[in-house]
Amino acid sequence: MRKLLLSLMLMLPLAGFAAGGSNWPMEDFEGDLTNLPSLQNGFKIYANYCMGCHSLKFQRYERTADDLGIPHDLALKNLIFTGQKIGGLMSTAMPREESKAWFGAAPPDLTMVTRVREPQWVYNYLKTFYVDETRPLGVNNKVFNNVGMPNALLELQGVQRQVCTDGKCNELVVEAGTGALSPEEFDAAIYDLTNFLYYVSEPARLERQRTGVFVLLFLIILGCFTYLLNREYWKDVDVKH
Amino acid sequence: MDKTEAQGSKSGLAGAMEWVDARFPATETFEYHMSKYYAPKNFNFWYYFGFLAMFVLVNQLLTGVWLTMNYVPSGDGAFASVEYIMRDVEYGWLMRYLHSTGASFFFVVVYLHMYRALRYGSYRGPRELLWIIGMVIFIALMAEGFFGYLLPWGNMSYWGAQVIVSLFGSIPYIGPDLMEWIRGDFLMSETTLNRFFALHVVALPLVLCVLIFVHLVALHHVGSNNPDGIEIKKNKDENGVPRDGIPFHPYYTVHDIHAMVVFLFIFCAVVFFAPEMGGYFLEKPNFEMADPLKTPEHIAPVWYYTPFYAMLRAATFPLFGLSAKFWGFVVMIGAIVIPMALPWLDRSPVKSIRYKGSISRIMLSIFVISFFILGYLGTQAPSKAGTIAAQICTAIYFAYFILMPWYTRVENTKPEPERVTG
Repeated sequence: MRKLLLSLMLMLPLAGFAAGGSNWPMEDFEGDLTNLPSLQNGFKIYANYCMGCHSLKFQRYERTADDLGIPHDLALKNLIFTGQKIGGLMSTAMPREESKAWFGAAPPDLTMVTRVREPQWVYNYLKTFYVDETRPLGVNNKVFNNVGMPNALLELQGVQRQVCTDGKCNELVVEAGTGALSPEEFDAAIYDLTNFLYYVSEPARLERQRTGVFVLLFLIILGCFTYLLNREYWKDVDVKH
Repeated sequence: MDKTEAQGSKSGLAGAMEWVDARFPATETFEYHMSKYYAPKNFNFWYYFGFLAMFVLVNQLLTGVWLTMNYVPSGDGAFASVEYIMRDVEYGWLMRYLHSTGASFFFVVVYLHMYRALRYGSYRGPRELLWIIGMVIFIALMAEGFFGYLLPWGNMSYWGAQVIVSLFGSIPYIGPDLMEWIRGDFLMSETTLNRFFALHVVALPLVLCVLIFVHLVALHHVGSNNPDGIEIKKNKDENGVPRDGIPFHPYYTVHDIHAMVVFLFIFCAVVFFAPEMGGYFLEKPNFEMADPLKTPEHIAPVWYYTPFYAMLRAATFPLFGLSAKFWGFVVMIGAIVIPMALPWLDRSPVKSIRYKGSISRIMLSIFVISFFILGYLGTQAPSKAGTIAAQICTAIYFAYFILMPWYTRVENTKPEPERVTG
C-alpha cells in the first residue's frame, strides 16, 4: 500500500492517464475455480454484457466450454454471438479504430485483467459505478476515478448514486426498483463474473495446483531415499579425521 | 580369479569400455573429473550451490528449447504466443513457469555460490582465474536474463529494457548513437526484440556453456577450496591422494543428488503454487502487452538486478560536466566488476572467515546486509530517504572491497589448522 501511495505521489502530474488506485474501502474477494455454476454464470454474463466491447482474445471458446463443463452445442447456441467456430479465440466484433473514437481509447482486452490488477480490484470496480453528471458518459467509478467506460451492467444493478456526509462520499446507494436484480443478487452476479475472469486469466491454475501436490509428495518420498543413500555412503567417512 | 578368467570377463561391458578407451579417454576423463577427483571432505551447506547452478542451467536450457518451439519473436506475435503456450500447448504453462521461476532461482543459487566464495576466500590463489571466470559467467548470466526478460513483450519487459538501454545513452559523445545501435531502431521495437531473441536463445547460452566448462576445468585443475580455507593437496598419503580428500564420485554425487531433491521441493513449491511470487518473479504490468505510449506507474527491474539498480539511482548529482545518470551507470558497472579484483584485494594470511579477524567478519556482514537493503530499495519507487539509504549502502558495498587491503592486514587472525576440521 505504501508502495502504491508513493508511486501515486510521484505520478501525480500523470494521474489523469494512469489507471491508479483509490482509497475506496475494498470488499474482499476469494475466487473459487471449483464452483462450476458460478463460472458458467460468469461466462454467461460476460458473453451478454461485456463481450460486445471487451475481447478475451488469448482464450478459446472450446477450452472455456470444456473447463466449465458446458456442452459445445450449448456454447455455440447461447454464448458465441460472433458466428465463430468452437475452436476460435474469444474476440470481439467491435471495430478497434472506431471504438477508439467513441470512448477515447479502445476497450482493452480483459483476458488477463485479474493478473494485471487483482481479482479483488475487478470485483470492487464492477460494483462501484455511480451517477456523475460531470463525466462525459454520466458515470464515474469509485475504484477507477474518471474511467472512460459506461456502466455496462446498469440494467442489472440499477441507478447507483453516491451519498456524501461531511464532504466525504464513501457510500453508494442504489435507487430501489431501477435494476433487474436485487443488491444481493447483483453482488452474486458480480462475484460470478469476477470469478470467471479469474479463471480466464490462467485457465491452467487448478491443474497446476493439483499437479503440484503430486509433485511435492513424490519429491518427499524421493528425498527419503536420497537421504538414506547419502547416509549409507557417508556413514564410514570421518570428516574430523 | 586367474588371469585367463579375468581376460575372459572383458568380453562384455568391460571389453566395450576398453574399445572406447583406446579411441576416446572416457574412463580417464571420468576418473579425472569424478571418481579420482578428490574434493575436501568437509564441504558444508554452502558447497551445494555450484552443482545446483548447473542443475538450474540444464532446466533453463531444456525448458527454453520447448518454449522456443512455440514462441513467436515478433512485435505482433510475441505476447500472444506466450499466452498460447500458457493455454493451448500441452504442459506449456509448466514449461513457462519452470523457465521463469528458474531464472529467479538461477540468481538465488548463483548469489549464494558467490557468497560462499567470499566467506571462505575461494577467490584466493591458486583460484584467481577460477574466480574471474566465475565473475564473467555472472555478467553473462545478467545479460542472458536481461535479453530474456524482453521476450514476453509485456509492458514491463518493454519499459524495463528501455530504461536499461537508455543508460548507454548517458555516455558522453557516443551515447545516443550507441543506444540506437543496440536497439537497431529509434525506439524499442520488433527489431530490438528479434536481436534480443537471437542473443537470448543462441549467443549467450553458448557463451555460458563454454564458460561453465572452462570454470569446471579450472576448478578441477586447482582443486576445490573448503570451509577451512586450507589446501588439502599439501598433505597427501603415499598414493598421492590428499588425506583430507574424498572421491567426488560417489561421495559428493549422492550428496548433491539429495541436495537437488531438497532444492526441487522448494523450487516446485514456487512453480506450482506461487509462480508470480507476489509480483517479484513475474511482474504484474507484464501481463499487459508492451505499449510504447503507456508507461507503467513504477518501472522496476526483476528482483535480481535491483541491488545494482539501486546503486545506479544512488548517484544523484552531476560531476565534471557529466550527468548524474552517467555516473550512476559508472557506479553500477563498477559494482558489477569490482569483485573481480578480490584475489588481489584480500591480503589476509588466512583464507576462511573462520580464521579471519573481527573486522573481516563485520565487513562481510554489513556488506551482505547492505546488498539486501539495496535489493529492497531497487524494487521501490525513488524517495528522498530511500536515496540516502541507497547512498550509504553503496558506500558500504564499495568499502568492503576498497578497504579490504587495509583491514585484512591490520586485524588479528587465528592460526589455520593443519587438517580440515569438519
